[in-house]
Amino acid sequence: MIRIRNLTKVYRSASGNVRALDNVNLDIEKGDIFGVIGLSGAGKSTLLRCINMLEKPTSGSIEIDGVEMTRLSPNELKEMRKKIGMIFQHFNLLSSRTVRGNVAFPLEIAGLDRETINKKVENLLKLVGLSDKAESYPSQLSGGQKQRVGIARALANDPKVLLCDEATSALDPETTLSILNLLKDINRQLGITIVLITHEMNVIKQICNKVAVIEKSRVVEQGPLLEIFSNPTTEIARNFLKSVTLSQLPEELKDRITNLNHGHLEDKIVKISFFGEITAQPVISDIVRKFDVDANILYGNIDHIQGTPCGTLVVELRGNNGGTGEALEYLKKLGLNVEVVENV
Amino acid sequence: MSETLNLLLLATWQTVYMVAVSVLIAAVFGVPLGVLLMVTGRGQILQNDLLNKVLGTVVNVLRSVPFIILLIVLIPFTRWLVGKAIGTTAAIVPLSAAAIPFMGRLTETALREVDRGVIEAAQAMGASPLQIITRVLIPEALPSIAAGITITTINLVGYSAMAGVIGGGGLGDLAVRYGYQRFMLDIMLYTVAILVVMVQLIQVAGDLCVRRLSKNR
Ligand SMILES: Nc1ncnc2c1ncn2[C@@H]1O[C@H](COP(=O)(O)OP(=O)(O)OP(=O)(O)O)[C@@H](O)[C@H]1O
Ligand SMILES: [Mg+2]
Repeated sequence: MIRIRNLTKVYRSASGNVRALDNVNLDIEKGDIFGVIGLSGAGKSTLLRCINMLEKPTSGSIEIDGVEMTRLSPNELKEMRKKIGMIFQHFNLLSSRTVRGNVAFPLEIAGLDRETINKKVENLLKLVGLSDKAESYPSQLSGGQKQRVGIARALANDPKVLLCDEATSALDPETTLSILNLLKDINRQLGITIVLITHEMNVIKQICNKVAVIEKSRVVEQGPLLEIFSNPTTEIARNFLKSVTLSQLPEELKDRITNLNHGHLEDKIVKISFFGEITAQPVISDIVRKFDVDANILYGNIDHIQGTPCGTLVVELRGNNGGTGEALEYLKKLGLNVEVVENV
Repeated sequence: MSETLNLLLLATWQTVYMVAVSVLIAAVFGVPLGVLLMVTGRGQILQNDLLNKVLGTVVNVLRSVPFIILLIVLIPFTRWLVGKAIGTTAAIVPLSAAAIPFMGRLTETALREVDRGVIEAAQAMGASPLQIITRVLIPEALPSIAAGITITTINLVGYSAMAGVIGGGGLGDLAVRYGYQRFMLDIMLYTVAILVVMVQLIQVAGDLCVRRLSKNR
């Protein structure tokens, strides 16, 4: 669906050149909800904006449905862009138009007649649940409602791809969830491929089936979400994972962990993350029996990512005569993601 | 008394006529000029450094010439354009010539205020530059453009006071010829009062327009 090869983008300015993308390769398949995650300044927006040529790549190729984007004439590009929807962090709605007018905008651009436009706008507003706000102006809407308008507008010309640049970063967690669910529905119902960039792992976890991690202008990791989750090979991916799991630890528990850490040398606080079939619970009783350690479960959390159970367990292990170390080895051998918590 | 009234009425009409026609011309030419200045600017949708530079220079030159000099320098041009160099209609030419670049700059500034992201969104939807200008830039900047027209109109009221130099008449001219040179203080006061009221009315009407246009934004 989208095939990116050796994509490089260099911004040239008086103050020097910035290599925002360095030899990026990505394959996004039809129907994917493809997440791109990375720290601020990593090049995420640049990557997304290259896909619809808002930024001209310095070199490399971007193919969408077999069409080489970098070689399109201005007119061909305009036509192609009508099939690529885009939504933005700050919504970018026309303040001079009502909700209806905003959603109608891309249809006017495409030159459809009034009647068709009206009909489509009604349907789109229904899809995003804003039929009752048709005559409101953007300034009269909440952030979540504005993004719904943005989504309706992006879907107006029946795009094959929807590009989302930090689409939920300006929203509170609850609204974020509702927007993500809407995107998921759209992906399922309309079969639209979604490319979504964010710096929040939680967003990726909610809806993406594939993910690419971008660091310092390079894609350092990409693949199915579960694979990356269960086996992150780069430091940055691990850090993002930590941000999902550890950020959810309650405050008081963090305090407790900090205090416990100063105890007996062999006592360890470990964080065990599991994905899929292996669940940690029986494993804990296993090590208690086998290695003569006490296991005190401090925190547990089970989640589902695309139907696969995954979770985190924070366990305090107290052992003697190297029991703790052996237990840790054993857990690792089982394929669990084990991490000794030094400090929280 | 009735003679004074007649003088005042005629002068008021002349001022209104000069200002109204000039502001119309200023808007008709100044807004597109402002659009050109904006869209050809660095990093804009139709970036064109040469055109931008040329237009910018012309605008700056016109704006830096004092109006009283513009009035005289343009006499040959005025004669060519309207067939005479003296009179109220003739005064419209230099007034417009001063107002067009002013209006152009104000429009340019107004358009620059339009959120980049909104322009980008339109581009991402496949809008052409012309569509972006007519459906995004101008509608989004309309309240600011209306405010610019208000300022231009008030400036023109001021400039029109100098139209007497080329026989344009108007309130300013009346104040100078009767109030100052013949020392008829009452006429001086009346003209000033009318001008104050006129400027006030323009401001209020302009503000009202701006407010209506930016309603709900
Ligand atoms: N128009 C530009 N001109 C020059 N440099 C730019 C431009 N846009 C981005 N950059 C630089 O390119 C790099 C990547 O920027 P980009 O916006 O793609 O990052 P990002 O991953 O989206 O970050 P964020 O999460 O903060 O949005 C940054 O170093 C940025 O300063
Ligand atoms: Mg960004």
